Amino acid sequence: MSIDAPAKVIPQARKITTKPRRSDQIFRIVVTIGGMASLVILGLIALFLSLKGAHVLVDEKMGFITGSAWEAITDETGDISQSNFGIGAMLVGTMLCALIAVLVGVPISVLTALYLTFYANGKLKKFLISVIDLMAAFPSLLFGFWGFIVLMSSAEYWAKLINKYLGFIPIFDVPAPVFERAPFIAGLVLAIMIIPIVTAISREIFDQTPLDRIQAAYALGATKLAMIKAVVIPFGRGGIIGGAMLGLGRAMGETVAVYTVLNIVYQINWQVLFGAGGNVASLILLKFGEAGPYEVDALMAAGLILFLLTLLVNAAADVLINRFGGKGR
Amino acid sequence: MNKAIPMPQKPWQPSGADKVKNLLIVLAAFVLAGASVELTGLNGKLGFFFSLFISLLVLNFSFHYFKRGTAAAKDALLQVLAVMAIVITLIPIVSIVATVFSKGYKGLHWGILTKDMALASVNDPIASGGLLHALVGTILMVGGALIISFPIGVLTALYLTEIRGSLTRPIKFLVQAMSGVPSIVAGLFILSSLVYPVTKELSGLMGSLALTILMIPTIARTAEEMLRLIPNELREAGVALGGTQWRTVAGVVLPAAKSGLVTAIILGVARIIGETAPILLVSGGGDSLNLNPTEGAMGSLPFYIWKAFLTSGTPEALARAWAGMLVLLSFIFILFGMARYISGRKVG
Repeated sequence: MSIDAPAKVIPQARKITTKPRRSDQIFRIVVTIGGMASLVILGLIALFLSLKGAHVLVDEKMGFITGSAWEAITDETGDISQSNFGIGAMLVGTMLCALIAVLVGVPISVLTALYLTFYANGKLKKFLISVIDLMAAFPSLLFGFWGFIVLMSSAEYWAKLINKYLGFIPIFDVPAPVFERAPFIAGLVLAIMIIPIVTAISREIFDQTPLDRIQAAYALGATKLAMIKAVVIPFGRGGIIGGAMLGLGRAMGETVAVYTVLNIVYQINWQVLFGAGGNVASLILLKFGEAGPYEVDALMAAGLILFLLTLLVNAAADVLINRFGGKGR
Repeated sequence: MNKAIPMPQKPWQPSGADKVKNLLIVLAAFVLAGASVELTGLNGKLGFFFSLFISLLVLNFSFHYFKRGTAAAKDALLQVLAVMAIVITLIPIVSIVATVFSKGYKGLHWGILTKDMALASVNDPIASGGLLHALVGTILMVGGALIISFPIGVLTALYLTEIRGSLTRPIKFLVQAMSGVPSIVAGLFILSSLVYPVTKELSGLMGSLALTILMIPTIARTAEEMLRLIPNELREAGVALGGTQWRTVAGVVLPAAKSGLVTAIILGVARIIGETAPILLVSGGGDSLNLNPTEGAMGSLPFYIWKAFLTSGTPEALARAWAGMLVLLSFIFILFGMARYISGRKVG
């Protein structure tokens, strides 16, 4: 006995294709366009800042980079008869403050990251990591005011000590005993601001150190110091330098904190303890309020140079971090 | 025969005697530091801390040197340095939070969230005026920035994790570079591209757009990390059920990453809520309540704090500034706590 099976309709085999469907094509196009947003925005920033600022750069030529005056002489009708815009002093100030920040901040950050990765454990580690991440979210305004009100007096005390005992070194010398609102103090505030960022990157890189090499070092009888020297530092060196560059970029672009702490003066000042300095970003903020049309364009040009500078530093940081691991933050 | 079973030992952990010795070293360092502050020219908390640091280093080094030799002594040195580094990192955080709370509570009063500054100046007694306009302005601007940057950020993250086209590397770099754009440049960009040629007026919307530039990288980066946490099996299951890539992403990947995306939003908001420089340039910063983001100057918390802090040095103005800071910091604390809570739960 056999049961007659109802005749089955065998469906036609679907055509196998690698071509995405219409919905997928649209999806891919939309996502790709969205993904291009960062490229478009960065391009637009460069474009519009150059549109506004280019003619100032052409007018002032190299003087815009090297000059240290920011003044315009106007005639009776209010037209600018002679202008003299240069951000040389501010560029020096930017580099000075940022370098102090990196020199002070990076060693502390790297040691902090070492502590978090190799010494702390359990709940304490988790807690400390979230506290430092939280610090990264503090607004720069807060750092600036805190630096002005709380840090200033202590930092001034240290500045005086450094000046007293190391004053024979030219950069620690001061032309007049004015220690308030100096690049040194602004640099300290910036150092505190970049510590969470550099710590986060260093920690990510230390976390990626191959465990087998760490264990091999311990198995050979290495102390923690010897292990870190032989395994962790060689592995993470590039990443740490990249993190430091990223911190440098942040410190260079900082506006509000520097504006609050630093005494902005138009002169090239290498003496870190002396209360005069500046930075490009704070110059823009300072001059923007009462700037005439031509001066606004000059400020746009200054912004363009700041933008290109930070882009360059960030690019270098990215290359270093990606070459040596770590995701960067 | 009853053989004694050896108890498992933990030789790598410091024994009780070691702990006592370490404690003694720390105590001795404190005594030494106190003595040096008393006897020498160093003074103040910083002087104490400095000499404590030095004496801890010296005592630890010499103790381990005499006990176990040079290698151990150097190792101990690194440990002291690492512990000191974390202490130095924590000091500013504690100091900042303590300063804000101790100075900020004086400026708080019952009307602070219901009044604006239209009829009061920063030098008036604390009880007159409040920061309603600033709060509303900040919420509107941050909300506007969020509406624009969330889709862009998530699309960027999707491109990096789902499409993985040939531009993945460059876009990753560009997102990174964008997060390094100085905030003041974002403000200048909005001025040069929109305010001067098009609107010719400062407004809350312009503030939103400037904040968007700063917010996109944070959202994109966090969302990317969160999407990477979604196990690939989920995607494969979606495709195996016959879903197209679009259906898989919309129906499986994004819902699974929901809490991660909320974290991205929160971190993005925390990143921009205290941003001052672009706000100063493009939002106008009014003193009265303005609910229309497209027209007229709009106040915001950072602007309120900035103005109260810089225009005059009267105690009232300073109290207002710190109270504003307290409100801002509380927002950041709450946002951060939420992000921790949400991302602490299991993904999915």
